[in-house]
Amino acid sequence: MLYEVTINGQTLPLELAQIGGRWQCRLGKDKMAVDVPLDVAFVGPDTISLIYKGKSFETRRESSSDGVRIWIDGESYPVEVSDPRSFRGRKKRSESEAGPRKLIAPMPGKVVRVLVGESSEVEAGQGIIVIEAMKMQNEIKSPKKGRIQKIAVQSGASVNAGDLLAVIE
Amino acid sequence: MSSKRGNFKKILIANRGEIALRVIRACREMGIQPVAVYSEVDRTALHVRRADEAYLIGPAAASESYLNIDRILDAAKRSGADAIHPGYGFLSENEKFAQACADAGVKFIGPSPQSMRQMGSKTAARQAMERARVPIVPGTANAVQSPEEATVIAAKVGYPVMLKAAAGGGGKGMRLVHAPGDLRSALEAAQSEALRAFGDSAVYIEKAIINPRHIEMQILADEHGHTLYLGERECSIQRRHQKVLEEAPSPLVDEDMRRRMGETAVRVAQASGYTNAGTIEFLVDGDKNFYFLEMNTRLQVEHPVTELVTGLDLVHWQIRIAQGETLSFEQKDVQLRGHAIECRIYAEDSENNFMPSPGLIQNLQEPAGPGVRVDSGVYEGWRVPIEYDPLLAKLIGFGSDRAQAIARLRRAIQEYFVGGIKTNLTLFRDILADPRFIAGDLNTSYLNGLQKTPPDISNVEPAAIAAALFVALEQRSSSSSGTQQEIQEAKNTTNWKSTARQEALQ
Repeated sequence: MLYEVTINGQTLPLELAQIGGRWQCRLGKDKMAVDVPLDVAFVGPDTISLIYKGKSFETRRESSSDGVRIWIDGESYPVEVSDPRSFRGRKKRSESEAGPRKLIAPMPGKVVRVLVGESSEVEAGQGIIVIEAMKMQNEIKSPKKGRIQKIAVQSGASVNAGDLLAVIE
Repeated sequence: MSSKRGNFKKILIANRGEIALRVIRACREMGIQPVAVYSEVDRTALHVRRADEAYLIGPAAASESYLNIDRILDAAKRSGADAIHPGYGFLSENEKFAQACADAGVKFIGPSPQSMRQMGSKTAARQAMERARVPIVPGTANAVQSPEEATVIAAKVGYPVMLKAAAGGGGKGMRLVHAPGDLRSALEAAQSEALRAFGDSAVYIEKAIINPRHIEMQILADEHGHTLYLGERECSIQRRHQKVLEEAPSPLVDEDMRRRMGETAVRVAQASGYTNAGTIEFLVDGDKNFYFLEMNTRLQVEHPVTELVTGLDLVHWQIRIAQGETLSFEQKDVQLRGHAIECRIYAEDSENNFMPSPGLIQNLQEPAGPGVRVDSGVYEGWRVPIEYDPLLAKLIGFGSDRAQAIARLRRAIQEYFVGGIKTNLTLFRDILADPRFIAGDLNTSYLNGLQKTPPDISNVEPAAIAAALFVALEQRSSSSSGTQQEIQEAKNTTNWKSTARQEALQ
């Protein structure tokens, strides 16, 4: 199984194989890369105990709206794994600075105030909508300078993480 | 009035989260039946699951449930509870609630409504403290009437001065003034801000204490005239006036200062006829002068650090005092041993401006082992609701000295894992590794100067391999040919389980 793993800004080819029940992997572009045996144990939901080059790692996977992270020793690594043979994994999300940008609720909560009206001009970093969650009010700010094309929520509405709040063009 | 009461058989806990669990545990240890109350979104909360009885008291909004005095007293009546423990927050410092409990014939585990009233009012508390010879921050107790008066007062207390809204709190209507030339405009700004925020433009003047430490003293007072102090807690590490990390003893306080602060705290409590557990908060300046700030008439969030260094169970004592018992020990018996530090684990994203992060806890691994105490109110598979305080758990480290307590906490944080929601765990990793923290060099703006530890990226390779392994497993279990039953099983359980089973068979 050949994968491309994007981690810490670099993309590495990674080949996994299972021979006679034992895992091994080959990591990196280097022609000289060798197969390294892995000792893999599935110890819980989204949890793998991995012994690699003699070191023991407790690795956990966390999936959320902003992608997948692998946790080791309290440190998290955002990762993307794609399978070069499948088209699905090839798709890359790209959002450029130009063009309309969506303002998305970063957490569930209640809209307590809408600070600007549709068609108003806003600066980058200007507060657009205030969401209250866990007794705290949080200003959701504009990602860019532009004009409010649409306000998608009203004061008093409940929102979930990922819901559209507004569109800035 | 305080005739000897019998022991309680049943206590209703008018709270939720980790503190409700804390009180439930004390009840069990004392052979008392714990009764929970809950709002509609808290049906599956841990405090409901762990109580003997549980009563629905209303919708999610706290104002309609955990703050609803009538519904809570109704639950107390239906359950036949002898007493109510209010926890902290919600109704814990509400004198009307304490009075309503007394009127309903249920013992409120806390002080009398009279002492709560006295301590609740800023000006009344300040006047009582002056009578009790308690040091307060120099300044006026009354609102200033004119800029001219303000100029005279400010010159008398000495610059820098702080203008504060009399009706205020939370930083609104506050202005720091360094020099006479800035006083007039700052006064106008503070007054108009106070008017907008609180509907009252009254502003008073205090001497400004720059970068103070925040140190508080725990007291216990029985209903027979005995009041003791149990040592201090250092609570200087705060963010937006909210405590983040507390410890006992304070790295600053020596034996002599502890005795002086403790005796002052006892005078404060006695001045208001205070009973049960209480905390006197002080501001401490760079010359170790301490000034009364306010009294909290309830159990504090950070009470466990005092429990660990004194060996006393504060919730047991709250209940015993409310039962009419006399304190069974004297001041000389209160000896501090070792060092304890508490980290408040909040559902907020410390990597992203501390945005609240409610939601489903998909994966939870809480630490354990020597010198580690976790007071938690959550479990794996539970959804943290959006309506309440973001405190998930308190992680408390205890050691024979401060260095060992820090080492144990660092180890515990490595073991700790909360998946599915964001937490502030990485903030504690930064604090506990910070040379300034380790040196005990603390004040209330400490967090502003805290350097983020650069992420340790030494485990990129195993992380990449693990990421690919997770994907490989998913692909395999979705493409593996099997009987209809096996496929169904794989769907019902997790991929990991079925794969692990395959592995075991090989």
